[in-house]
Amino acid sequence: MTIALRLQNLSKSFAVGKRLLGAPKGVVRAVNPVTLDVKKGETLGIVGESGCGKSTFARLLVGLLEPTTGSIEINGQPLDNADPAAFGKKIQYVFQDPVSSLNPRKTIRQIMEAPLKHLHHMDKTARAKRISEIFATVSLREEFLDRYPHEFSGGQAQRIGIARALAAEAEILILDEPVSALDVSVQAQVLNLLAALKEKLGLTYLFISHDLAVVEAVSDRIAVLYFGSVVEIGNAEDVFRAPRHPYTKLLADSAPVVGRPLTAPEGKETELPDPLNPPTGCAFRARCPHAIKTCATETPQLTGDETQRAACFNPLF
Amino acid sequence: MTGYILKRLLSAIPVLFGITLIVFLIMALIPGDPATAILGSYATPENVARLNQELGLDAPMWQRYFIWLGNMLQGDFGRSFALNRPVLDEILERFNATLILAGTAFILCAVFGIIAGVISAANQYGAADKAITFIVLLGISIPSFFLGMMMVLLFAVNLKWLPVSGMVAIYGGGDLPDILKHLTMPALALAVVATGVVARLARSAMLEVLRQDFIRTARAKGVREGSVIWRHALKAAMVSIIPVLGIQAGFVLSGAVYIEMVFQWPGIGRMLVDAILKRDILLVQGGVVFVAACYVLFNIIVDVAQSMLDPRIKT
Amino acid sequence: MRAFFKLLFRNRLAAAGAVVMALVVLLALVTPLLPLMDPDITNTADRFMRPFSEGHLFGTDHLGRDLLSRLMWGTRLSLAVGFAAAIIAAIIGSAIGIIAGYFAGRTDNIIMRFVDMLMAFPYILLALAIVAALGPGLMNALIAVAAVNIPFFARNIRGITVGIAHQEFVDAAKLAGLGHTKIILSEVLPNVVPVIVIAMSTTIGWMILETAGLSFLGLGSQPPQADLGSMLGEARSALITSPHTSIVPGFMILVIVMAINLLGDGVRDALDPRLKSGALSRPTATTQIASDRVAAASANDNAILSINNLQTQFHIKDRIYKAVGGVDLDVKPGECLGIIGESGSGKSVTALSVMGLVASPPGIITGGSVIYEGEDLIGAPYEKLRSYRGNRIAYIFQDPLATLHPLYKVGDQLAEAIRCHHHVSKTAARAKAVDLLKSVRIPNPEDRAESYPHELSGGMRQRIGIAMALANDPDIIIADEPTTALDVTVQAQILALLNDLRREHGLAIIFITHDFGVVAQLCDRVAVMYAGRIVETGETDTILADPAHPYTKRLIACVPELGGGRRQLAAIPGLPPVVDKLPDGCAFAERCEKCRTECTVGDIPLRISGSRAVRCLYPETELARETA
Repeated sequence: MTIALRLQNLSKSFAVGKRLLGAPKGVVRAVNPVTLDVKKGETLGIVGESGCGKSTFARLLVGLLEPTTGSIEINGQPLDNADPAAFGKKIQYVFQDPVSSLNPRKTIRQIMEAPLKHLHHMDKTARAKRISEIFATVSLREEFLDRYPHEFSGGQAQRIGIARALAAEAEILILDEPVSALDVSVQAQVLNLLAALKEKLGLTYLFISHDLAVVEAVSDRIAVLYFGSVVEIGNAEDVFRAPRHPYTKLLADSAPVVGRPLTAPEGKETELPDPLNPPTGCAFRARCPHAIKTCATETPQLTGDETQRAACFNPLF
Repeated sequence: MTGYILKRLLSAIPVLFGITLIVFLIMALIPGDPATAILGSYATPENVARLNQELGLDAPMWQRYFIWLGNMLQGDFGRSFALNRPVLDEILERFNATLILAGTAFILCAVFGIIAGVISAANQYGAADKAITFIVLLGISIPSFFLGMMMVLLFAVNLKWLPVSGMVAIYGGGDLPDILKHLTMPALALAVVATGVVARLARSAMLEVLRQDFIRTARAKGVREGSVIWRHALKAAMVSIIPVLGIQAGFVLSGAVYIEMVFQWPGIGRMLVDAILKRDILLVQGGVVFVAACYVLFNIIVDVAQSMLDPRIKT
Repeated sequence: MRAFFKLLFRNRLAAAGAVVMALVVLLALVTPLLPLMDPDITNTADRFMRPFSEGHLFGTDHLGRDLLSRLMWGTRLSLAVGFAAAIIAAIIGSAIGIIAGYFAGRTDNIIMRFVDMLMAFPYILLALAIVAALGPGLMNALIAVAAVNIPFFARNIRGITVGIAHQEFVDAAKLAGLGHTKIILSEVLPNVVPVIVIAMSTTIGWMILETAGLSFLGLGSQPPQADLGSMLGEARSALITSPHTSIVPGFMILVIVMAINLLGDGVRDALDPRLKSGALSRPTATTQIASDRVAAASANDNAILSINNLQTQFHIKDRIYKAVGGVDLDVKPGECLGIIGESGSGKSVTALSVMGLVASPPGIITGGSVIYEGEDLIGAPYEKLRSYRGNRIAYIFQDPLATLHPLYKVGDQLAEAIRCHHHVSKTAARAKAVDLLKSVRIPNPEDRAESYPHELSGGMRQRIGIAMALANDPDIIIADEPTTALDVTVQAQILALLNDLRREHGLAIIFITHDFGVVAQLCDRVAVMYAGRIVETGETDTILADPAHPYTKRLIACVPELGGGRRQLAAIPGLPPVVDKLPDGCAFAERCEKCRTECTVGDIPLRISGSRAVRCLYPETELARETA
């Protein structure tokens, strides 16, 4: 198995309260150092609730944000993160909001042509040919090409977004909540299209979502994010069935499931920690029913065997 | 709150410096030799040289700026050569008159503008809305000086209700009723345009707010419609109306220049125009800096009012 | 472009403005060709001639010059200067604004500090200072007016650009390999241009006024050349003796500026996308009700609330969207009824119609009734409806940040809910508010009552929303997707809380959601909506286990469930029909595998059988025969 994507110590901090001159007032760590490998042809699911840093993480991966520390390697080659165009050919992004990711004043053809023209420097006939191929792959009709984005429903717009990402011929796609703006019946259409494309084109996916069931259904492995850190990572079939980290368990217990009685899951009714003033040790300890002394003083690291690792001093097993 | 006011006051200092610098640089654009400009082309070279030295105009530009600035900080705005008196004395006297005129007009435009805007929005496309919209349109389209002149023709010349011009009657004037009588027309003429602008903005701010979810919540709670409009919606709309009032104060001050000309009101605007025509540079510089500084301070008050209204602004 | 002009000229005022403006511009253009007198020839013998004098249609001025000729040439000059100033200000200001807004960070900071500095002057002071420095003259007045308006454009356009630069399509362009210049020109600019046009069209009149003003003060055009402003300025001294010399140019300015403003407002309205959808219209206090509404009688006596053949439509321009197309629902006391459906199915509109909270315009209730305590709420007088709102029937809405008033403390908002319906003192209401906060398990209720909504987390805010709904001990709570905006861990807490409260208070709840998992856990009965109608109702457990309508069955299959592992998900091909073009027969027919020709003709009724009902000719499971 070759490694498609290797992240080493990748992290991002934002300065808050910037001033015209001098140092900013504070620093918020949106993503704590992440080290992980994604195998070629794999789907890595990333779940987390709002504010856990998953969108920042996604934008880091595609070069829309400069990492504060760490490096990204694709197929063994380090990425130069100064040039988004260089990124563009290796790693592409499918946006959450299918409509706002398409420029309202351009036709679908113009939108589709941009990556072909600027990343691959194709001439006009080559571009037209390539667009036909891609549209056939994602089952979109070519008559759509001369329309404007507002004429499409969310599901169709998301297919166009996927088509655009494919046009760059990148091998890795970052899917940032690609179906959360869609209705359930349409969501499945898009998810199945993504699965088919992966099979056919040998793509590698990072699938980011807040919906546990969707992530579980599409992923090979799942990473759980909490407050900017990966707290658990493991095989998709195990992570929610038998979580090791108490937060993963809280998530799994909170998901509404047919046939499970309605009880507030364990976990105190407290809020996320203040990002400007992060707690020492484990960020989850204030909500954690299993917290022990060490949790307050030391920051847990991911431990365990390759199939399921958790960052917890007192894991559930 | 005190902390916020202090912070705002401190942040005004660089703005004030910037203002003086901009005014100074603009004035430095004056072509040729300022002393010759002041004394006229018949001046002897000796006189020109002496004046240049008196005004400190022989020093390099940056030095002149700091000398001028330093003097101003000590309350010395220089001497007006045309009026032959200290610039600051003249400014303070004239500013008083402007403050009466512009202040009255500002209060009128704020109160009537907001009320008209709310009524207009609450009856969107109704008769009241259409009437207000038309009056507002007329208001913002008519030059204030033309409106003032027409008012003079109607109320002073034809109906003889009000005096034609000036701030006080020449004989036996100066008491409050007399000033009010003189004030009515200029203040109204000045307020009409500004009211139109405020009413338009208040209307669109109200319409924006009335579509918000929290208005639906208020209605779903059973809040009476009057209270929905005048309490819930207006309070939220004030968040966007108040900054406009700050800008509007600048427009009222600006409009006052024209109105002062039309009504011979002894304010700072007329002083500035006269000073420009006479090339009385120090008076222009001093007047502009003084009024701009007052405007900056006024906007601090506006900001403070805004922060008291909106808890989301960090104090 | 064609659509723009069509929209523009539909607005009669704007069209009138355009006609007047076209006329004025045309006259200004042909002025040199007309047989007019030389505007600058003085003839003191003929001074102050009245209008309609021989040879001088508008009379003469203080130097005996022909006013008509001066007016025409003056208009030409004023227009030229006004337009030039507007274009210069718009181009320079927009360029500054786009650069500041796009690059953000330090560039933005420094540029905007400078712009703010310029805006710290009342505009005329800056103009006066510039004219003082450059000397009086029309060209210098033009420069001054353009200069003072640059900050206005810069600030305005910067704000818009910041919004656009954060849009995802700009990120997408970066990933497609476009550089900054290309992105600004091809992605940002096309989206900013309409705003620039709006800003220009609404300020050009203002700039004409400003230039006229400077000329009026004697700082603009210099004699003998005259624009409209300097004509007025010169005429001022003769205002009382010869008013016509003032009225003629003054009136011309008024006409021009008014025409431009009318046209400018029209342009703004035609270009503003929000106005196209009618979104900027103000919703009235209650939903409008069609005069030809046919009220339906209640079929069920033991229901606390009974919705009968409810029809709500949205009339947007000439289209009619049948958002709710005849819904029947009964809620029994203490029951939790779920309404489930995808976006556009009409579930929220049904809920809002009950208390007349559908925004109108464009919403209209065109038929049906909502019976509560034997009375029809549709068409009830406003005061009656108001006294029930929040008192007998309360709502909980989706987004708890947007639905609470941002400027009132939550304690005050709760107290107000009580005081709307009960004559209690402020302190008593306040004490009750704190109790309510306690009952929704908010820690430190006394302190929390003093908080503003933005200081609370999403979960806390939704608890406030629930507390507000409970404030007057209502019989029914209508919860419109109350947990959709929340994280899953918070959602679980809120659902558990709602479930406890409804048992404690014996509340009936109508719970609107798109999530089968939530329905399964909370609701006794469920109604499935599709394209504005109910396609199936019944006990929650029965429907989940044994759905009768093909849509219900396939929708349930689409929902991935936790614990299922990696798998292929079922999908329903196609899209729901748009409710302004509903097909004949079953709305789901086009997407249904079992569709037969009978399914696409006529109206398919909701067949009731015991506690279940289904709107399908060939249901998935045969309902038990109703025993008569």
